[in-house]
Amino acid sequence: MTEATTPTTSPITTGVALRLHQVRRAFDSLPVITSFSLNVDAGEFLAILGPSGCGKSTLLRLIAGLIQPDSGTVSLSPADTKFQTAYVFQDPHLLPWRTVLENAALPLELMGVDRAPRLAKAHAALADVGLTEAESRYPAQLSGGMRMRVSLARALVTEPRLLLLDEPFAALDEITRFRLDVSLRSLWLERGMTVIFVTHSITEAAFLADRAIVLTGKGGIVKLDRRLNLPRVRNNDLRVNPQLALETQALLTAMEEES
Amino acid sequence: MRTALRKAVPAAIPFLAITIAIESLVRAGWVKAWLVPPPSAIFQTIVRDAPELFRALAMTSFGALTGFALSAAFGIAIAVYLSSSRAIQQAFYPYAIFFQTVPIIAIAPLLVIWFGYGLRTVVASAFIVSIFPVIANTLSGILSTDRALRDLFSLYGASRSATLWKLSFPAALPQILTGLRIAGGLAVIGAIVGEFIGGQGLGAVVDVARTQQRTDKVFAAVLLASFLGLALFGLINLLSRVVLQRWHASEQN
Repeated sequence: MTEATTPTTSPITTGVALRLHQVRRAFDSLPVITSFSLNVDAGEFLAILGPSGCGKSTLLRLIAGLIQPDSGTVSLSPADTKFQTAYVFQDPHLLPWRTVLENAALPLELMGVDRAPRLAKAHAALADVGLTEAESRYPAQLSGGMRMRVSLARALVTEPRLLLLDEPFAALDEITRFRLDVSLRSLWLERGMTVIFVTHSITEAAFLADRAIVLTGKGGIVKLDRRLNLPRVRNNDLRVNPQLALETQALLTAMEEES
Repeated sequence: MRTALRKAVPAAIPFLAITIAIESLVRAGWVKAWLVPPPSAIFQTIVRDAPELFRALAMTSFGALTGFALSAAFGIAIAVYLSSSRAIQQAFYPYAIFFQTVPIIAIAPLLVIWFGYGLRTVVASAFIVSIFPVIANTLSGILSTDRALRDLFSLYGASRSATLWKLSFPAALPQILTGLRIAGGLAVIGAIVGEFIGGQGLGAVVDVARTQQRTDKVFAAVLLASFLGLALFGLINLLSRVVLQRWHASEQN
């Protein structure tokens, strides 16, 4: 994958806007999210930061519609499009008995897309993450970073308007992680989808996002909601940019008050 | 071929060592030959009674394999059905456990009354003792499907049957094959028990030889039965390698 260069052509998809209003969700009568409200603009890149167990994953699952809130509302706009959301987990979660290409094509297969068009799209999605040469390999034959790229390609294959990522690069080594951060940021610039990126890495949140929120340890209350003043196009040069240090500092302060 | 040989050699060494030890002990007169026949005598018996023994082996193999095939088919089907809902599991799983706890020796005479002397009793006995590990392993494999992948399937609107056949079932294959491996050995035991009562195959050979104090023949028949068990085990391992070669970690290297 090449470093992000200039902002490319106009986005191929438009993101969805998202509105959570007084959402509450408990598990076994233990509240995980209490009265959570959040608005996300279409095409925004939002990072959600918070300590372990603050309800970040629950929040993503609520947004994805995988679980329903006990009370409150989660609404996407436009809401009409089916299959507009994609989800990337902390671990790649590939099907080990399928090749890379067949793994990337899985969402389209489940949606009922014919074989030829879905493989063509999977091929394109793998090209987007720089993995074309590994198409016929099996997950067991790939490195951790490559598996995560396949997982990313699988999420992108449906051209989602909302991409949810749950600490996707947390288990990778730092170099691989830096590369994937840059890839993700440039994919977002090209595609124009809305991205919500959950992480517990402060520097990663600052590097990737245009807006970051910090959650408290209890009930998912927003402690800080901050627009990050950083360039749109980001590559590894930014990592030594003092402006990034300032933004990281602001997030860190909020996190420290929290703990 | 060379790797097969390399695997066979370590296993053959204890076999040879024990054979030589028993042979020496019996020849030295420390162990009575009518209690434990010397391996050379067992070998002679196998050669002398080859037509009878191998005919019996063929019958036992057929009974055990048929019982095993039925366990595999019904065991997997039952587990898939049980996996469909929690209520169904709670209602029927206890009855599946019955197959594990049933004392096959005690109910074998009943099988003869139901199925008569011969193959059907043998197959029923092999089936009853070997189905439970297939059900238990298949069910636990299907139920332990990765939650994240289940989420992914539901995110893209996959039907229940698509989730079963494209996710849960293939993900459970390693465990299903483990169940089959256990079931293979049990099917041979079940077949021999059935033959004790049902009157054919190696089980009947053992039963008759026992009454005649022919320990050499008992050992000969037992030896052939264990080779059958080993062969079945090897066959399932081969199947497992073919099915899982590309993706499952335990089959790599």
